[in-house]
Amino acid sequence: MTSQSPQRSVPGEHPEWLWGDPDPKRSYDAIVIGGGGHGLATAYYLAKNHGLTDIAIVEKGWLAGGNMARNTTIIRSNYLWDESAAIYEHALSLWEQLPEELDYDFLFSQRGVLNLAHSMQDVRDSVRRVEANRLNKVDAEFLTPEEVAKICPIVNISPDVRYPVLGATFQPRAGIAKHDHVAWAFARACDAMGVDIIQNCEVTGFVKDGNRVTGIETTRGRILSDTIGMVAAGHSSVLAEKAGVRLPVQSHPLQALVSELYEPVHPTVVMSNYVHVYVSQAHKGELVMGAGVDQYNGYGQRGSFHVIEHQMAAALELFPIFSRAHLLRTWGGIVDVCPDASPIIGATPVDGLYVNAGWGTGGFKATPAAGWVMAHAMATGQPHELGAPFGLERFTTGHLIDEHGAAGVAH
Amino acid sequence: MLQIECPWCGPRDETEYHYGGQAHVAYPEDPDALSDEEWAEYLFYRDNPKGPFAERWVHSTGCRRWFNVVRDTVTYEVLAVYTRTDPRPATASVSAAGGAR
Repeated sequence: MTSQSPQRSVPGEHPEWLWGDPDPKRSYDAIVIGGGGHGLATAYYLAKNHGLTDIAIVEKGWLAGGNMARNTTIIRSNYLWDESAAIYEHALSLWEQLPEELDYDFLFSQRGVLNLAHSMQDVRDSVRRVEANRLNKVDAEFLTPEEVAKICPIVNISPDVRYPVLGATFQPRAGIAKHDHVAWAFARACDAMGVDIIQNCEVTGFVKDGNRVTGIETTRGRILSDTIGMVAAGHSSVLAEKAGVRLPVQSHPLQALVSELYEPVHPTVVMSNYVHVYVSQAHKGELVMGAGVDQYNGYGQRGSFHVIEHQMAAALELFPIFSRAHLLRTWGGIVDVCPDASPIIGATPVDGLYVNAGWGTGGFKATPAAGWVMAHAMATGQPHELGAPFGLERFTTGHLIDEHGAAGVAH
Repeated sequence: MLQIECPWCGPRDETEYHYGGQAHVAYPEDPDALSDEEWAEYLFYRDNPKGPFAERWVHSTGCRRWFNVVRDTVTYEVLAVYTRTDPRPATASVSAAGGAR
């Protein structure tokens, strides 16, 4: 392990001494485009699971400066359908071992997630999802409003509000993690295994030989490789277009915000699709709240203010104690959303070119599994069994994985 | 919040409207003749450009009529508003991920 302990770094500082800053080599065995969480995890598992260490991550900005820096850090696996439960549960089981494996305390806290139900249909859907989760060995239970209040006493369970809490699903193993530290932990591990992390290197085009990809053109020159993975989140379709690949995704702004620091008042994670807000309290003390996506397509990394107003109204109804809390800052990221609210992982119509995209509003929680499955596809040329249902071909076969219910926008 | 000028009602707040995605996507002329790939294209694939984008909006809380807007997806600036039957007006060309049909 490195001589400098990551725990000594000041939170919020970008500890660039944890990884190198190499110039790109002429060629690599594999290239991962995108230095966010999923790109870092892909490189990590390419090296760790498949022994590929002559690889590069190319990032147009700085490491983990996109959605990895902008998410609300929620980790859970209580998705409805078998395919989703399998991959998100794999992610959760990896989260449980990664702090030790990466030797980096990234503040993974399994404080549980409550998904509130506010209507009878909400209750029926929630109970159904709990039963589906149990069949897939995902920990889940359905709670009454009184049980909700025992876990999170500041939730208003009064019947006198416009959308009273009628119950909730609870996944005790779910929780949060410090997103920046996750990226830094992966980056340090990648660097130690010989992965080149190349920042400020934007991909401007692809080099192809017939229908086979043989390299990329970048702002730092041409880099050759016959195995390339695109892991560019909100910009996936812009990047794929440069390779002549069309993706069924639409990019939307997604906003989040934090309050000033407060004493611990919120012991778990509370999500409500119905009134639409999701709230947890970071270790440092900020209340972290996520909003919905803006309805229009956008790449501006900002959204409309009325979305924030709507989210605050929902938060105040659920948590009256927040009425005097001060908002510290808001921000936006760009999420790429598939028609079925499920991701795309695997091969593209171009030989040697792979894609991991379309995670919409819920990519963070899947970080290790997305990397695991993407690395398998890139190293073997075959889809991983957990990734096979998420191939691009599902939009032609019609075998969609409709997670609008469990995913919605409130991931 | 965006301000969008309805062709019939004038400038109104974004919250009066709902979004309809890419404009000028025609229903297939001969649906029976479409392959699975062509159905997938029609149902699930839409342009996603970074830059000017021709898109549909409906004035839900006003005249309830659909119309088209060219809007820049980076600056969010509304570049043109036109009716459903008009051709797309000339604005700056579409950048990546659009137009290559």
